[in-house]
Amino acid sequence: MYASAAPIDGESEPVWAPFESRLAAAKIGMVTSAGLYLEGEQEVFDGERERREPTWGDPTHRVLPHHLGGRKIGMMHLHVNPADILDDHNVAMPTDVLDEFTASGVIGGTTGSHVSVMGYQASGLDVWRNETAPAIVSLFKDEGADGVVLAPV
Amino acid sequence: MPVLARHIEAAGIPTVVVTMMPETAQQLVAPRIVGVEFPFGHPFGMPHNRDLQRLVLGTALRLLAGATAPGTRVDIDVEWPQPRGEAYKAWQPSEPRPIVAMMLNR
Repeated sequence: MYASAAPIDGESEPVWAPFESRLAAAKIGMVTSAGLYLEGEQEVFDGERERREPTWGDPTHRVLPHHLGGRKIGMMHLHVNPADILDDHNVAMPTDVLDEFTASGVIGGTTGSHVSVMGYQASGLDVWRNETAPAIVSLFKDEGADGVVLAPV
Repeated sequence: MPVLARHIEAAGIPTVVVTMMPETAQQLVAPRIVGVEFPFGHPFGMPHNRDLQRLVLGTALRLLAGATAPGTRVDIDVEWPQPRGEAYKAWQPSEPRPIVAMMLNR
């Protein structure tokens, strides 16, 4: 089921944005598909609907602050065991490693927020294309991201 | 995720995808790809293994900044420190994935 990945109509041509900053001066953002959210503050991704409609995946996103400030991360994902990510979120979204790299001068810094989605999207899903992706682009533009690391789980 | 990477890249922000399925990312024409041969759910490695997390993220950042052509892929040559069978069992969710349950019930 994971193997079918023919290029999507209209998306078979390469896209390319040259990296024009120095890495040591660059502001880096992250996207994870681990279905992470701030426990008690943000809505949990809709796993119940996926249980009822197995070909559907929640197309919404959550904006996570880079500095959690003691807030707890939750995870809703029905395709992987969440234990290791809940034990150490750096497995999916290595913000602590980004902080190390900032401190040692490898990168200039990070965006103030990162993004979590639930993954498992039918690529043609209208909400994903027309709302979620543009919102994420807008967030990173507003944050002045020089580059984004995306990591599906 | 490669689809989202393309959206972000098309808006002028360079991207790199770190993935357990680099061939799929290539088929979906992601601009820059780091392949890891890790169990699902572990793109940056094992919990609290900061050396491995540094290696993966550092490789991704160097590729982000240094790649000169679309489709550039770098694979991380690290073997998962757990027997394959154990690792396979460990990443499975506690309940069958809904899509798998649906297919099994057909």
